[in-house]
Amino acid sequence: MTTLLIIIVIALLGITFWQLSKIVKLSKPADSNDTEIADNKDNKTQAKLMLVFTVFLYGLMFYSFWEYGKLLLPESASEHGHTFDQLMLISMGLLIFVQMITQFLLHWFAYKYHGKKGRKALFYADNDKLEFIWTIIPVIALAGLIIYGLFSWNDIMNLEETDDTLVIEIYAYQFDWRARYAGDDKTLGKANVRFIEGVNQLGLDESDPYTEDDIIVSELHLPKGKPVIFKFRSQDVLHSAYFPHFRAQMNVVPGMITQFGFTPTLTTAEMRETDHMIDKVHNINEIRQENSIELEAKGDMPLEEYEFDYFMLCNKICGASHYNMQMKIIVEEEEDFDAWLSEQQTFQELTAKK
Amino acid sequence: MSVAIQHNESGNAHEEHHEHKQTFIEKYIFSYDHKMISKQYLITGLIMGVIGITMSVLFRIQLAWPGESFWIFDALLGKFAKNGVMDPSMYLALVTIHGTIMVFFVLTAGLSGTFSNLLIPLQIGARDMASGFLNMVSYWLFFISCTIMLSSLFIESGPASAGWTVYPPLSALPQAIGGSGMGMTLWLISMAFFIASQIIAGLNYIVTVLNLRTKGMSMTRLPLTVWALFVTAIIGLVSFPVLLSAALLLIMDRSFGTSFFLSDIYIQGEVLAHQGGSPVLFEHLFWFLGHPEVYIVILPAMGLVSEIMATNARKPIFGYRAMIASILAIAFLSTIVWGHHMFVSGMNPFLGSVFTFTTLLIAIPSAVKAFNWITTLWKGNLQMNPAMLFSIGFVSTFITGGLTGIILGDSTLDINVHDTYFVVAHFHLVMGISAIYGLLAGVYHWFPKMFGRMMNKNLGYVHFWITAIGAYGVFFPMHFVGLAGLPRRYYSNTAFPYFDDLTDVNVLITLFTILAASVQVVFLFNFFYSIFYGKKATQNPWNSTTLEWTTPVKHLHGNWPGELPTVYRWSYDYSKMNKDETDYILAGQDFVPQNVPIQDNEEETMH
Ligand code: HEM
Ligand SMILES: [Cu+2]
Ligand SMILES: [Cu+2]
Repeated sequence: MTTLLIIIVIALLGITFWQLSKIVKLSKPADSNDTEIADNKDNKTQAKLMLVFTVFLYGLMFYSFWEYGKLLLPESASEHGHTFDQLMLISMGLLIFVQMITQFLLHWFAYKYHGKKGRKALFYADNDKLEFIWTIIPVIALAGLIIYGLFSWNDIMNLEETDDTLVIEIYAYQFDWRARYAGDDKTLGKANVRFIEGVNQLGLDESDPYTEDDIIVSELHLPKGKPVIFKFRSQDVLHSAYFPHFRAQMNVVPGMITQFGFTPTLTTAEMRETDHMIDKVHNINEIRQENSIELEAKGDMPLEEYEFDYFMLCNKICGASHYNMQMKIIVEEEEDFDAWLSEQQTFQELTAKK
Repeated sequence: MSVAIQHNESGNAHEEHHEHKQTFIEKYIFSYDHKMISKQYLITGLIMGVIGITMSVLFRIQLAWPGESFWIFDALLGKFAKNGVMDPSMYLALVTIHGTIMVFFVLTAGLSGTFSNLLIPLQIGARDMASGFLNMVSYWLFFISCTIMLSSLFIESGPASAGWTVYPPLSALPQAIGGSGMGMTLWLISMAFFIASQIIAGLNYIVTVLNLRTKGMSMTRLPLTVWALFVTAIIGLVSFPVLLSAALLLIMDRSFGTSFFLSDIYIQGEVLAHQGGSPVLFEHLFWFLGHPEVYIVILPAMGLVSEIMATNARKPIFGYRAMIASILAIAFLSTIVWGHHMFVSGMNPFLGSVFTFTTLLIAIPSAVKAFNWITTLWKGNLQMNPAMLFSIGFVSTFITGGLTGIILGDSTLDINVHDTYFVVAHFHLVMGISAIYGLLAGVYHWFPKMFGRMMNKNLGYVHFWITAIGAYGVFFPMHFVGLAGLPRRYYSNTAFPYFDDLTDVNVLITLFTILAASVQVVFLFNFFYSIFYGKKATQNPWNSTTLEWTTPVKHLHGNWPGELPTVYRWSYDYSKMNKDETDYILAGQDFVPQNVPIQDNEEETMH
């Protein structure tokens, strides 16, 4: 695929330069009375090229949707994500519709009304009715989108903490993440960067008894179906906790605690089983195998077989390794989650060891 | 300052001044003449553009073939690409400087600097800008700013690399990234000069438009170019000072230990003393300029396109008053939408709702403009000059890019596409490519006015079509990369096997980039070749109505040899028929220049 594309582009470039030299030659001495202003012939040729370009543009759009549509994120793995997906679908539908019509009109008019000797343009300066119509239509469409959007936004951002809510701190530093669970007392202990020392990497305040049973891990586990609220804290620069599969994102700001919440609805295992993911992972592994062959030929290690896992990535430029600041996320049934959590070391155990 | 003195010696009688022979330095370097300053802006802008686009080619190559070795990296990046493999921090530096150069140096100074200087005096019928001296100062401040920015590419610790948005703490702490040392200092100094230059220039444009319009040139007879450039200057004046204050506070945080934007930071084994500042405050200040900035970039392009389109369609621009109203509406709204860059910054979600509302409002005047341009083409007699093609291309990319703004402006939807390649695709189409098309259209159209010669049209056609294909080829597929969840400002996506299937698209995008970038050579060739060897231009090659085409081809100090022209009509009397509908108002000529009095057989319109 890649080599083919390279060949095509090189060929295109070649043709370009060949044509260029021809054009310069042609346009020079032969017709030296040329004014460099588009004449009847130019208008005609350029109008035709406009049609060709229209075909290219629509071709590119359809090809992209067809071929790259597969790359899009799978169905949402969180509850509010379904509202998100719905709104996205409606907005996209609207955009694509408007795009198809306006681009067509634009290019078609450009073709149809290309200059011709003897053609008279219509002196048409104003039409209040027409302008009113195309002001009011966007107003109505946008009003609908705004209302829908604002209701969803309020739902998503108004986090209510009930007994059932799991509160997790996500801690960011150059260039990794940690997660802190509140432990049995269901309360996160106090923390500040000024307490960072030795194994106390997250700067928990050891004088606060709530910190004792806090659990710090480097892999995020979430129970399915339970609302989670994340409290984000950064140690150094801005980061952004981006959970694409859960339609969730919040910046992580030093000196301030930000928050976001969602309810996971698909476990990792369930997501792996979806048709979309099976296809995707299959495809990725094919690509990886191909690359491995090349690597092995060079005497390097082959790539590992890929298996899908949720992840969170950093989405605010934060330094040289910004591109590799990730945390694996595992969504599991509640029992599995509880079992996992009970095996983890508490903060007290961690500090006692030193 | 020898310039000023020389002026006084020989120019005490103003009339005499016209004949006075200027020295090379007076004429080409420290020129007061708006036409020369306009050329200086244009050529500086083009040089910066070449640098900025070359950078984008470099980092696109890295994205398509991550971590591979290329001799070109070795040659251009030196120690930042050991064995020809680009450093991750160099990647960020390139992206940062690319963004800064393209937005500020090419599309703010290069675009509005060139055409405000050229067109404001010529189209309103003035002899020059209100202050020729300040005008010269503004260009030279811009030049100093460019020099400082480029010099930052050569320092040991590397240029600024915190993104063109330079959010602290990353931009404030050299411990966080090398580029935040000397590189960032130079970036901030360069921007301070830049802002000073813009403010001086803006004041000059505004005063000129308000005070120096010739007899009969009422505000409602101004060509849309002048309206757009005028309003652009106003927005710049409102918002650039805020960026300056953000930059000053950042300088203080960096060098004098204040805590405006910094708090609770532990870095490289050390707790910093800063306490109580907020990076979110910086974001507010930055985007208070940053959003209006994108309109500072696009409004001049809109103005140029409106003018070029009407001229080449041989039709009045459709809905002249609505066009002005929407320029004003966009200008006003543009100052109250900045928060749409900050939906997930941690600011109060209620604010997010307000900004969603204002942002989607701004879509309305933008839609009106797009419909009006399309209608301007309808039943025209379109002269397919290269400038016209770029104007049509502008409308196309402006629509494609603008539509996705509806997604990004919706706080709910922004959650998942914020800072992904979807955003990169969006803003490149709606402001990057569109504004570049506006700039190019302007160059093709006003080249005869600037240099007295014509550009080669066939090279212009080749340039347009390949650019158009390349631009869409780069930025249309890029939306999908973003919707797949890939963040921007990533050196490579190989750390995530999940994104392995994006390789093909990335390669395709890069190939289109190389195609689009290389065809700009054709333009550069055409541009510089035509300055010297182009066909000699006639006075009014495009049969246009506006005043600049009533000046002689040869540039005069003071623009018009005799008296200033008087204006009797608006600038869009194309293909207007006489009362009896037997012929055009001026028999056999499908346009009526603005300085032609109302004719007997003509129906008076409101303009
Ligand atoms: C050949 C044409 C161009 C190509 C291929 C290109 C490509 C890119 C890409 C891929 C990025 C994102 C890199 C990343 O986030 O990792 C980028 C960033 C950017 N580009 Fe361009 N670009 C081009 C022209 C322009 C133009 C005309 C503008 C003018 C507005 C522009 C303005 C920007 C800005 C503001 C950024 C953001 C920089 C940042 O993230 O700090 N680019 N460009
Ligand atoms: Cu990060
Ligand atoms: Cu904005």
